[in-house]
Amino acid sequence: MYLLKLILRNALRHRLRTLLTVLGLLVAILSFGLLQTVVDAWYTGANSAAPDRLVTRSAVSLVVPLPVHYRDKIRAIDGVRSVASANWFAGVYQEPKNFFPQFAIDPVTYLAMYPEYRIHPDQLRDFMRDRKGAVVGRKLADTYGFKLGDVVPLKGTIFAGNWEFVVRAIYEGATPKTDTSQFFFHWEYLNETVRTRAPQRANQVGVFVVQVRDVSRAAEISAAIDAQFRNSPAETLTETEKAFQIGFIKQTEAIVIAIRIVSFVVIFIILAVMANTMAMTARERIAEHATLKALGFGPGFLGGLIYGESLAIAFAGSALGVLLTFPVAQWFGAKMGTLFPVFEVSGETVWLQFACALVVGVAAAVVPAYRAAQVRIVEGLRAVG
Amino acid sequence: MSQSAPAVAIRHLTKSYRRGGQVVSVLENISFDIASGDFVALMGPSGSGKSTLLNLIAGIDRPDSGELRVADVDIMALDEAGLADWRARNVGFIFQFYNLMPVLTALENVELPLLLTGLPSRDRRERVEVALGMVGLADRMTHYPSELSGGQQQRVAIARAIITDPTILVADEPTGDLDRVSADDILALMERLNDELGKTIIMVTHDPHAAERAHHIRHLEKGVLTD
Repeated sequence: MYLLKLILRNALRHRLRTLLTVLGLLVAILSFGLLQTVVDAWYTGANSAAPDRLVTRSAVSLVVPLPVHYRDKIRAIDGVRSVASANWFAGVYQEPKNFFPQFAIDPVTYLAMYPEYRIHPDQLRDFMRDRKGAVVGRKLADTYGFKLGDVVPLKGTIFAGNWEFVVRAIYEGATPKTDTSQFFFHWEYLNETVRTRAPQRANQVGVFVVQVRDVSRAAEISAAIDAQFRNSPAETLTETEKAFQIGFIKQTEAIVIAIRIVSFVVIFIILAVMANTMAMTARERIAEHATLKALGFGPGFLGGLIYGESLAIAFAGSALGVLLTFPVAQWFGAKMGTLFPVFEVSGETVWLQFACALVVGVAAAVVPAYRAAQVRIVEGLRAVG
Repeated sequence: MSQSAPAVAIRHLTKSYRRGGQVVSVLENISFDIASGDFVALMGPSGSGKSTLLNLIAGIDRPDSGELRVADVDIMALDEAGLADWRARNVGFIFQFYNLMPVLTALENVELPLLLTGLPSRDRRERVEVALGMVGLADRMTHYPSELSGGQQQRVAIARAIITDPTILVADEPTGDLDRVSADDILALMERLNDELGKTIIMVTHDPHAAERAHHIRHLEKGVLTD
């Protein structure tokens, strides 16, 4: 108790210096938390992928479609529970900056495969009945103010023309990590329209989502699917949903790496600031440390005082930084709209923030604590007056 | 400590420093005893080695050669940890500039050395109150050093020096930073500690007026004991 009191009073001895150091730590820990959350947001799709879902796409490229009749052949493969299709639509809502993912799906099987999208039964029924109907995620609905019954016009890019959809259902996420920024509509509606406008592009899908009965057979089934279409005009590439999502992330991996590096550079900078603070502190107290040694206190006690003070300051700054991370992340996520489908501060990020603070607190005290422990009493006492 | 042993026994003590590649002799062949319960003043001009001698006796510096026994303990044979432990139990320090912890109250400053004794908090508190009462600061216990005069701060430092009931008290210019009235108060208090509690006191001073309070005065000149 006495030692704790001494540590805290020492920490508050130069209030302005301590306050500025705590503020620096707050900003650093907050920045670190936000940057880590951005990285997490990048991986949301991969992290929320289900292990029993595979994605089959064209072996040539994701932009090359597959014939819709592949569905029945895939479904016939041993171990496959169900098969759904999805087409990337890429329509523009009002202006290009209003980006959100849009998929034309075969709704019965697709939505059954994604139980994490929670839809009220009445709304689901309305959606199924309306071929121009759409299901929108909660975050998307909140971002653009979509309500049930609203007509959402999209200007086609891959599929040219003006398209109109009616919001028939709004899905909620099963967990806060569920992506609720998506827009789903009937593939039949897309296909019918394409058939009239560009018949050669009809009866094609972007990818098949394949649900397997036994997760441990995912690799075997993936190979079986691809073998089925080997040497055909449209060969396939099947991988787990997670691998499929990571494939997307890899295209922007340099950005993720840069963000990670910056987040740790921020921590390194505050470590230098903190180390300077502790070095000044120790230098100013040479006479006190010498006095304590003269009184019989050992190097461990002096080191403990320095480490304790450094950790107390680091903890104060990091605790405030962590507390602020949540509201700031919420604000940032809202400002980003649907660019980041999920922008949640994870428990892992909070632990990392505290771990960084611990490293800063300990590392900043190493040299000052060593010097305090090694101070020669006679020389230290001369520093008085 | 045996009945007949002096509080401090010094034989052929030498000490030198290295300055700019040169070896400067500070103490040369010092030998004398300080009896238990004595009050000795070490005097001499600046650079005569009196503070160095006091530091050696207090165990905060090490001699080059010779013998040094304090409270019948050969302190030259102790390692750093052993010496720190020995100082905590046997030496009370009174410094010229008091050397109090500015963030601790008078009570907490005096309590500081007791942290090394393992005494429970309540017992520590009782002993501190007695010590501060003895130096006349019972009503200033919760004051911080910055709220006390120089004389009062030195009284707190004296209370801190005696709190562990040490074998010797070492005082380096204890009145050097005080006005005459405060200095007299501090010297009177040290006399009381010597007379009433039988504390062995070794005091370095420039001030002949302060030295008069001691039972014996030893003079140093260029590292040599002259009387």
